[in-house]
Amino acid sequence: MLNALTLVTGVAALLLAAWCGWAAYRDQPTKDWHFIGMAVVSLLAVVQLVVGIVQLARGEKPDQGTTIFVAYLLGAFACVPAAGFMSLAERTRWGSVTVAAGGVVLAVLEVRLYDIWGG
Amino acid sequence: MTAVEEKPTRLISGPGMLLVWFYGVMVVGAVSRSAYQIATDFQRAPLAYSLSAVAGLVYGFITYTLIRGGETARRAALVCCAAELAGVLIVGTWTLVDRSAFPDATVWSDYGMGYIFIPVLLPLSAMYWLRKARNTVTP
Repeated sequence: MLNALTLVTGVAALLLAAWCGWAAYRDQPTKDWHFIGMAVVSLLAVVQLVVGIVQLARGEKPDQGTTIFVAYLLGAFACVPAAGFMSLAERTRWGSVTVAAGGVVLAVLEVRLYDIWGG
Repeated sequence: MTAVEEKPTRLISGPGMLLVWFYGVMVVGAVSRSAYQIATDFQRAPLAYSLSAVAGLVYGFITYTLIRGGETARRAALVCCAAELAGVLIVGTWTLVDRSAFPDATVWSDYGMGYIFIPVLLPLSAMYWLRKARNTVTP
């Protein structure tokens, strides 16, 4: 369950990165549709956070320790919204680049989460 | 209008915003990592964990100066980026030459390879950006 969610969130993050990268390439700021995309990815991260905590509460143990696992879950949760707010403050192509970078960072976090949870 | 002139230089417009994002990520990464390692297993690699903590502090300071803006902050950020670059290069070389000094990795090990070389690319692009920002400023 959690691994499937990790995969979906990671892929969604990469799609978001490509989409916003495309907007940056065309010299456009992030638009409403991009923010809806960010909301979807953020929602996935929230679901992942909740599912992760439920798994912990059930007594399952991540391979590389509970603290690191929770820290990465929180990081993954905060990643895209933070980049989104920054793109609101920067209404140029560079705001789009920032969100694209946020998507890539989230994808990296998901890979790490997969390792930490232990496949 | 004097109000326009007194406004501090914005360092986070355009590409600066992307820099703030990456520095923010590195702050969270370095600080949380070193805090966890120092709290749980400091004896294992005290030097590596302390260096990660220092790196986190430097990143934090640069992020703050970028957001604050203004000429003084711009200079301070430049100095810190130079220090950061020196740190990455020195620690990176050190980890390659003397592996025994580092039983565990730091943020700056192998020139930041564990972080896709962001630690070595970031100060270079930041210094480029900060130098360019000077030219656009009319005091």
